[in-house]
Amino acid sequence: MFRISGWSLIRLFTIMVYVFMFLPIVVVIILSFDTQQFASFPMRGFTLKWYVELAQNESIIRAFRSSIMLGVLAAFISTSIAIPAAMAFVRYSFRGKNSLNTLLLAPIMVPEVVLGVSLLLFMRFLQQPKSFTMLVLGHVMLTLPYVLLIVQARMVSIQDVYEEAAKSLGANPFQAFKEVTFPLLVPAILAGMLFAFTISFDNITATLFWATAEHQTVPVRIFGMLRHSISPEINALGTVMIFFTIMLPLLAAFMIRYFGRKKV
Amino acid sequence: MKKYSWQPWALLTPSLSAIFLLLVIPVIFVVVYSFWLRAPTGAVIPAFQFGNYAKFFEDLFYPSILFRTIRVSLTCVFLCLIMGYIPAYFFHRSTSRFRQALILLVLLPFWISFIIRTMSWINILGTTGFLNHLLMKIGIISQPLSLLYNEAAVLMGLIQFLLPFMILNIFVSLEGIDKNLLEAARSMGCNEWQAFREVTLPLSLPGVSAGCLLVFVLTAGTYLPPMILGGPGNEMIANLIFSRVIGTLDWPFGSAISVILLLLLGTIVWTYNRYLGINQLFKAFKGT
Repeated sequence: MFRISGWSLIRLFTIMVYVFMFLPIVVVIILSFDTQQFASFPMRGFTLKWYVELAQNESIIRAFRSSIMLGVLAAFISTSIAIPAAMAFVRYSFRGKNSLNTLLLAPIMVPEVVLGVSLLLFMRFLQQPKSFTMLVLGHVMLTLPYVLLIVQARMVSIQDVYEEAAKSLGANPFQAFKEVTFPLLVPAILAGMLFAFTISFDNITATLFWATAEHQTVPVRIFGMLRHSISPEINALGTVMIFFTIMLPLLAAFMIRYFGRKKV
Repeated sequence: MKKYSWQPWALLTPSLSAIFLLLVIPVIFVVVYSFWLRAPTGAVIPAFQFGNYAKFFEDLFYPSILFRTIRVSLTCVFLCLIMGYIPAYFFHRSTSRFRQALILLVLLPFWISFIIRTMSWINILGTTGFLNHLLMKIGIISQPLSLLYNEAAVLMGLIQFLLPFMILNIFVSLEGIDKNLLEAARSMGCNEWQAFREVTLPLSLPGVSAGCLLVFVLTAGTYLPPMILGGPGNEMIANLIFSRVIGTLDWPFGSAISVILLLLLGTIVWTYNRYLGINQLFKAFKGT
C-alpha cells in the first residue's frame, strides 16, 4: 500500500522538480522564435529574424569574441598551473598539505562579490586600471579550484608505479612525467580545460566588477540589455548561449567516460 | 609517497602565487581598507577607525539588509532541502533504465549560464509571461498578476540555481549507504517508512548538511537574482556592496560591508568544519 502510493508521489514530485528546473529554459528557447517585439505570451508566429539580427549585431559579436578569448586564456593558464599543483598534492607528503589544498579551493567558498571587490580595489590601489589582463587573471582564480579538483581526482587513480618503472628504465623525472603520467592525464586535462572555459564563459557577478567597456563578455552584455526589457533578441541570445554551454560539458562528460573506461 | 623538501614547493609555486596575488592579498587589503577614511571630497585616507562599521550599524537600514539576506538564505536552504531530498531519494531507489540520464539531466542547469537562467524567469512570471497566460486561459484570474520583482521571484531564481548542488550532495551521500543495512532493517521487521526513518535518513545527514551549507553560503553572497528578479525592497548584501563600490564609489564602506559578509559566512563555515568536517563538501564534486 505504502509502496505504491508513496513511491508514485515521490515520482510525481521529482517530475515537478524537473518541470520547475527546465520550464523557464524551454520557454526562453520557444520565445526566441516569436515574432513580437516584446517577449510575451501568447506567441504570434514563428520567425528566425532575431537570430539574424543577433548575427548582425556588432556589439554582441564583439562580446562573443571577448568571452571566447577570455575563456580560452583562463582555461589554458589555470590548467597549466593546476597540473603541477595536483602532482604536488598527490605524489608528495609535506607539511601543511591539507591547509594548502583547502587554500587553493578557497575561491569556491568566498562569495563572488567579495572576490570581485577585493581584486578590483587592490588593483586600483596599485594604480592599475581595469584591463583585459586583469579580467584574465581574475578568471584564472575563479577556474583554478575546479580544474585542480578534476586533475587531482584523476591523478590519484594513476599509480606512481608506472612512473617509477619508467625511472628505473633510465628516464629522468621530467621524461617519466612526459612519457607516462602526462598521456594518462590527458583526458582529465581536457575535461578540466573545458570545465574552466565554461565557468569563465558563464561568469557574471565577478566579471561585472572587472570588465572594461571595450571588453564586455556575453553575460555582461545580456545584463546591460536586460536593463531595458526582455526581448526576443535576448531570448535568442540566451538560446545560443544554452546550446553553446551545453555542448561543451557534454563533450567533457563523454571524454571522461570514454577515456575513464580504459582503466590502467 | 615521496619525501623531498623542495620539489612539492616548486610544483606549487605557480598556483600558490596566483592565489596569494589574486585572492589572499586582495582580501587582506579589503580588510585593511575597511578601516580607512573617506573624505567628503571622495579621497581615501589611510587610517585606523571603525567609522565604516559604525555607519553600517548606525540605523536599521543596513542591518535590515543583512537580516533579509540571512532570512532569504535560510528560506532558500529549507525549500532546496525539500525540493532536493525527494528527487535525490528517487534517483537512489529508482531502478529505471533512464536513471543515469535523469541524474545527468539534473546536472545540466549547472552548465547553463547563470544570467540566462535568472532572466528566464521574467518570461515565466512577467505580466505577459507564461504563468499569467496559463492562469487567464484556465480562467482562474481575469487580470494578470504582478508576480515579478518580489521576494518570491528572487527565491524562484535562487532555487533553480542552487537545487542541483543540494540534489547532488544528498544523492552522493545516499549512494554511499551500505545497502546491507537497509536489508537488515527490513529483515528485522521494519516497514519501508521505518527503514527509511531509522537507517537511510540518519545516514544521509552528512550530505544534507553539506548541501545546506553550500546553498546557504551561495545564497548569502548572491547578486544576480535580487538584482534582476527582485524589486527595490529585495536588495541583498551583495547588491549593497556592488552599489557602494561601483555606484557611489565609497570604497572603504564597500570594503567594510564585504568584511561583514565574510565574517558571517566565515563563522558559519568554521563552525561547520569544526563539528562536521569540510571534506564532505568536496565529495560531491569528486563524485561526478
